[in-house]
Amino acid sequence: MTTLTVNGTEYPLDLADPRVTLLDALRDRLDLTGTKKGCDQGACGACTVLCDGRRILACLTLAAQCDGREITTIEGLESHPLQDAFVRHDAFQCGYCTSGQIMSAVALLGENRAGTDADIREYMSGNLCRCGAYSNIVAAVREVARHA
Amino acid sequence: MTTKLFGEPVHRREDARLVAGNGRYLDDLGADALAVAFVRSPHAHARITGIDVDDAIDVEGLVAIYTWEDLPEGVREPLPLLIPHPALTHGRTAYCLAKDVVRHVGEPIVMVVAADRYIAEDVCERIQVSYEFLKPVVGLENAVEGPNLVHDDVPGNIGAHMVQEVAHRDGRATREVIAAAPHTLEFRLDIERSACMPMEGRGVYARWDADDRSLRVYSSTQTSTSVRMAVAAKLGLPLPKVEVIAPDVGGGFGVKIVHPWPEEILVPWAARLLNREVKWTEDRREHFISSAHERAQVQHVKVGFDDEGRVLGLDVEILHDHGAYTPYGIIVPIITSTQLLGPYKIGSYRVEFFSVYTNTVQVTPYRGAGRPQGVFCMERTMDKIAQYLGKDRTDVRAANFIQPDEFPYDQQMIFQDGRPLIYDSGDYPESLRKLKDLIGWDDFPAMQAEARKEGRRLGIGVGCYVEGTGVGPYEGGHVQVTSDGRVHVSTGLTSQGQGHETVFAQIAATELGVPIEKVSVVTGDTRRFGYAVGTFASRAAVMSGNAIALACRKVKEKALRIAADALEADPADLEITDGMVHVVGAPSASIPLATVAVLSNPLRYAFDEEAKRATQFATGGSMDRPPVAEGQEPGLEGKDYYSPVRSTFASGMHAAIVETDPDTAEIKILRYAVVHDCGKMINPMLVEGQIHGGVAQGVGGALYEKMAYDEYGQLLNASFMDFLMPYVTEIPKIETDHLETPSPLNPLGIKGAGEAGVIPVSAVIAGAVEDAEKIVVDKMPISPSDLYALRDSSRTSGAVSLLRNTQ
Ligand code: FES
Ligand code: FES
Repeated sequence: MTTLTVNGTEYPLDLADPRVTLLDALRDRLDLTGTKKGCDQGACGACTVLCDGRRILACLTLAAQCDGREITTIEGLESHPLQDAFVRHDAFQCGYCTSGQIMSAVALLGENRAGTDADIREYMSGNLCRCGAYSNIVAAVREVARHA
Repeated sequence: MTTKLFGEPVHRREDARLVAGNGRYLDDLGADALAVAFVRSPHAHARITGIDVDDAIDVEGLVAIYTWEDLPEGVREPLPLLIPHPALTHGRTAYCLAKDVVRHVGEPIVMVVAADRYIAEDVCERIQVSYEFLKPVVGLENAVEGPNLVHDDVPGNIGAHMVQEVAHRDGRATREVIAAAPHTLEFRLDIERSACMPMEGRGVYARWDADDRSLRVYSSTQTSTSVRMAVAAKLGLPLPKVEVIAPDVGGGFGVKIVHPWPEEILVPWAARLLNREVKWTEDRREHFISSAHERAQVQHVKVGFDDEGRVLGLDVEILHDHGAYTPYGIIVPIITSTQLLGPYKIGSYRVEFFSVYTNTVQVTPYRGAGRPQGVFCMERTMDKIAQYLGKDRTDVRAANFIQPDEFPYDQQMIFQDGRPLIYDSGDYPESLRKLKDLIGWDDFPAMQAEARKEGRRLGIGVGCYVEGTGVGPYEGGHVQVTSDGRVHVSTGLTSQGQGHETVFAQIAATELGVPIEKVSVVTGDTRRFGYAVGTFASRAAVMSGNAIALACRKVKEKALRIAADALEADPADLEITDGMVHVVGAPSASIPLATVAVLSNPLRYAFDEEAKRATQFATGGSMDRPPVAEGQEPGLEGKDYYSPVRSTFASGMHAAIVETDPDTAEIKILRYAVVHDCGKMINPMLVEGQIHGGVAQGVGGALYEKMAYDEYGQLLNASFMDFLMPYVTEIPKIETDHLETPSPLNPLGIKGAGEAGVIPVSAVIAGAVEDAEKIVVDKMPISPSDLYALRDSSRTSGAVSLLRNTQ
């Protein structure tokens, strides 16, 4: 039995099939569907979550690897200023990449690397947005970084 | 006054749920559904000689395996050819599951239903399909040269051939005009394949209700009403027993307008057969190899022009790659052929296309839908003319512009909706003036020269386009005011992130005079609105926006009439503000719209305090009239449709400044400017978002995206790792300016905006790179290695023609 701690709650998980990724565990077993699957190959960032405060790609992480670690997903944010900033700056359209963008940006703020726009772009460059809301994503992150 | 919301940058109402992770996309539904996976062809062209499932049937958790043989009538026929056209003499579509021949890598052959996707994929791996290999046809020119055929009965792999010609006004044919022109140029252009690549792939989830004998289907589609009709027809179910819902959709960009996808038929069929919930969610590789691509064309161009650069004759021959099937007809090359003309008056025009089959993924519209290719052709032509004559590129364009006083302007062709290509309104000279100001066109040569001195290579490019938007045949809107004062709006077309919940609410709130908080909007749910066409061709705001406005006007008229009775006033003296119907200039003589809704529905039974007012002993009124007057209906609701005579034509112009690295050939966009005219804007913030998104995809098409098929028809870059798309590091800040030339064709004066951003980007970037490098750029996309190779070949071939007239 593996125990996943997600957003402060402990979930016992039967991983008879050890191939289950963290992403599938969250979505299919814990009904935490806010984290999205865009590629399942580690190339789009839609599945970004925090593991012990660091951003990881849930599709490239086996659920079994997360035993005893603290996972934070979009559902675990409590009115984070980034969420509000994303709305005010129109930083998304379809919203499918948004959970990943926000989780990535939350981690970026924690990493203290959101200095300039170029930095924000560089450190958000693992998150694809096919709706192309990039300028506004940068604007939203910049605003929260300034006020942090 | 808080209810005038049309035109305001209102924040989106869909956002709260999306930033909290509470969106409900297809794969977020149906937690208990069985999962589907497919065995798909690993070969581009082969005959299936056997399917062996022996190794697979013991896998625990397997529920069912289906091949073509198992499919019932209806489901086993080829999929529909959605848009027939007389020129499409050899249209071909696929089967839901391949019957005997597979014609591209990724074609579905076996459907597996299992307890979860892991198990379903395990089963797929154990199924052995044997093949007899057939010769794959890859590459447009190979396809035309033969001898190999994609479809045995399609000679030369030509699915369609079409010629359209607009002769010179003196009656001469285009080729004659070109032959007699003072100057002529002839060249070839190449455009690569790309694809929509929404972040959420396709997906279908179906539940069969055995007691009710009804089917509910959720699909990540751009057209739920059409999926519904297709499912009902294919499965032989009465239409009222099928409902289709598009939940939150994670991007579409065209690929989800195609229907029915094999999976949209197979999943509901299996759900009914098994009497279980069944769901299929496309994975990324499946999206690459089994949905749809677009863009690939080879164009041969001849142009004749005068000393001013005015085009006297333009002759374009297009080879259009249609992939293995033509479910969406020849809409894409028709759009290329017609929209190529852009904002220009072309003296005479001949366009001929061959739509060609290859053993690759089928081609259907991707945002822009044939326009980027047409605009690439026309704008490269303009640049070449300017180059040849030693003129400024914007001057040559201006010399060809349709003038503001020439609208409506008839291009004398037939557009993609089967209607005449008549531009309704626009102001192209003003757009160009704004664009030149925005980017600093006239100051650029000095900047370029300055940079040259430091060894930096800068270039500027420009591109103009006209986009037919809001194509028919129609959309509808339903508006209901309930007795709590809420306004419920529904329309049949779907949403994929455009913000329809917001703009349609803005329209309804403005029309009805109610606070936007009172308005809710539902799209793409056949339970709420059964008649619709779908979301494509930048049509949603124009079509449903106007339909909703018209429905609101009906509701308002009724509300004023009922209120006039209650207030003993003349309806003409009434107005609705903030949800209160009141006498103009006398706000105290008023009645809430909620109460009007109560009064609109004469009741026998009271179920709450409000309802009491409408019961039979409470209402006054004449004893000689029936409670529901003749010709009236109970309830405060209205429905209307908007069906335009023809499309409305938006336009825009882009310019970019790029820098190319003299050593690495890296291409960097330093500035990107857009001037855009989509008529009256409902919400400028959302228009801006659409432009940003379009430009980002355009930059992808110009610099990065291509489908790397090898000679065997294997797609070598079928993943996000290998198919390069722009990330935040690749997209510059986009500077925008707007022009609002209202459309005279619809009550709101609006034009579509969804596709605009993507259309001219390849042309703009090609022009800018050419300007920076002084070498000819006729193939898109252009990568650093392409540019590097171009530099080499232009050095060795001594191709210096471009240097001739540059300042
Ligand atoms: S789904 Fe994990 S990176 Fe794309
Ligand atoms: S908002 Fe649609 S992919 Fe980013």
